[in-house]
Amino acid sequence: MKLKVKDVEFSYGSVQVLKDVSIELAASEMLSVVGPNGAGKSTLLRCIDRILKPQRGDILLDGRDIKEMHLMELARKVGYIPQSSAQVFPATVFDTVLMGRRPHLGWKSSEEDTEKVLETLQLLDIEDLAMRDINELSGGQQQKVFIARALTQEPEVLLLDEPTSNLDIRHQLEVMDIIKNIVREKGIAAIMAIHDLNLASRYAGRIIMMNGGKIFAAGNPASVLTPENIKHVYGVEVKVNNHDERPYIVPIRPVRQCGDRAESIERN
Amino acid sequence: MTSSGETISGTGKSAEIKAEYKKFVGRKILFILFSLALIFIIAGVAATLGSANITFLETYSTILHRFFPDHFHTRWLADVVIWNLRLPRILMGILAGIGLAVAGTMMQGILRNPLASPFTLGISAGAGFGAALAITFSAGFIAGEYLIIGNAFFFALIPTFIILGLTRYRRATPETMVLAGIAMLYIFGAATTLIEYFAEAEAVKMAVFWMVGSLGRALWKDLLPVSIVLAVCVPLLMWKSWDVNVMGAGDETAKSLGVNVERTRIFILMIATLLTAGIISFVGTIGFIGLVAPHMCRMVIGGDNRFLIPASGLFGAALLLGADTVARTIIAPVILPVGVLTAFMGGPMFLYLIIRRKRREYW
Repeated sequence: MKLKVKDVEFSYGSVQVLKDVSIELAASEMLSVVGPNGAGKSTLLRCIDRILKPQRGDILLDGRDIKEMHLMELARKVGYIPQSSAQVFPATVFDTVLMGRRPHLGWKSSEEDTEKVLETLQLLDIEDLAMRDINELSGGQQQKVFIARALTQEPEVLLLDEPTSNLDIRHQLEVMDIIKNIVREKGIAAIMAIHDLNLASRYAGRIIMMNGGKIFAAGNPASVLTPENIKHVYGVEVKVNNHDERPYIVPIRPVRQCGDRAESIERN
Repeated sequence: MTSSGETISGTGKSAEIKAEYKKFVGRKILFILFSLALIFIIAGVAATLGSANITFLETYSTILHRFFPDHFHTRWLADVVIWNLRLPRILMGILAGIGLAVAGTMMQGILRNPLASPFTLGISAGAGFGAALAITFSAGFIAGEYLIIGNAFFFALIPTFIILGLTRYRRATPETMVLAGIAMLYIFGAATTLIEYFAEAEAVKMAVFWMVGSLGRALWKDLLPVSIVLAVCVPLLMWKSWDVNVMGAGDETAKSLGVNVERTRIFILMIATLLTAGIISFVGTIGFIGLVAPHMCRMVIGGDNRFLIPASGLFGAALLLGADTVARTIIAPVILPVGVLTAFMGGPMFLYLIIRRKRREYW
């Protein structure tokens, strides 16, 4: 097992955001994490990359506790792709992608690092953007640059925080295809927080549905994305069609919610 | 992945990007050399200007005479004027320009804030308060010269210590630090006003002039401590330039790339504060250089701090030296404090650049 998340709990102050979250992930596997706003999806990703430190529980990478790893060592193994850019000052796409080499290089970048950057730019088909400023790019282009940065990091685990949230449908598909191919070809394990249930259904091998900081359901798309689960977790009545052997969700209307939303009615 | 490096570099597009990137790096280096040349030219011009008539060539001849007395000749007057009066002032201008610009670059970098500078973080306000305290409550200005420098230095460090103290309770985010800095600015500003309110008129005038900043007080013996501060702080900041680049992409990204974001931010703030304090305690709170020099350089060479630090340091030095030269000559024989000129010249120049720039703004 590549990545093992064991009974993780995390609180911001007195507000508990993650409760008893356990996940296992193998290499070349793509896991989607879905759930309503505030369910703890992003927090979970941040805990796995030690951007946040969980108060309880362990996260193991190849059997080693990430708490005991050096920051740089962890950075060589886990890549994180943020939702949007926080870049204020000018930076070229080339230099942005070169940042991915930070965990591998000293003060000066080498010829090898340059080659790695060029290789990744080519892989994502964004060579034409190389000398452009990152702030001049569209959301879709930026997202590809962030993916390129994470890939030059050469990670074994890739964490994506809503990679498609700002993209038009063409870019959504492009970005998801890129991620899918990378996961398969490079044997990377990917965890993706995602809002779009249909994208999750279409691309993920496995889906975890979170609610109120807990894992509500986990399994293949068909077993997780059921009308009952979605109604319980999101409070939305949906119709689930079958499209190419995958569930396709058509929302109908929001419904009044009753009972404890966080209550788990099934696991797997 | 490693073996494909050969084939990739062979393809046309990659080679093109590589060439373009090399050109980009070349442009950055060219700009650094240009700034360096600018310093030498302005320094030469500055040394010729003044009531004693000394030509540009004679200036350099006089300077080189001390090193190679057999090859270069000089007059006694030129020697005294250049070495005792003009050179310390010029060298202090260069050192102060480098230090203030480098400190400003790094403060903007770690706080991801284009408005960050020694002013907005309260460092200047602290120094001003320290100086006002020394000027008002000590016997005489001349006897108390080191008292003022020491006091200004000490109080310049205090706002940063308070900000860092706060980060024990709040995480060291850019927002926390900038807001805390603004609070320091107001607190020390008010404290200075309070002192001045009850002080003698002459002391108030002196304190006000001190705060405007001037290179006129520079002496040879002051250059040594300022040089030492620079020699220690600038390389330390250069060393962290990669990490600051990465932090520019956001705290989360920087953390995922292995940078200890909060510790780096605190470390750089401490070094940049030390650098600023070491300078402004001698020359007063010269404004604007720390704010505009980094911006001007970013417009030309981009945001990579590995190049930006030397570029804005040298360009800042040229800027300050230029401003001081104008300050000395514009209404000669009256010499204006350079701090007035940096703002008067830098302000419109800055506005012009903001308007003219075609690229998308970053604030």
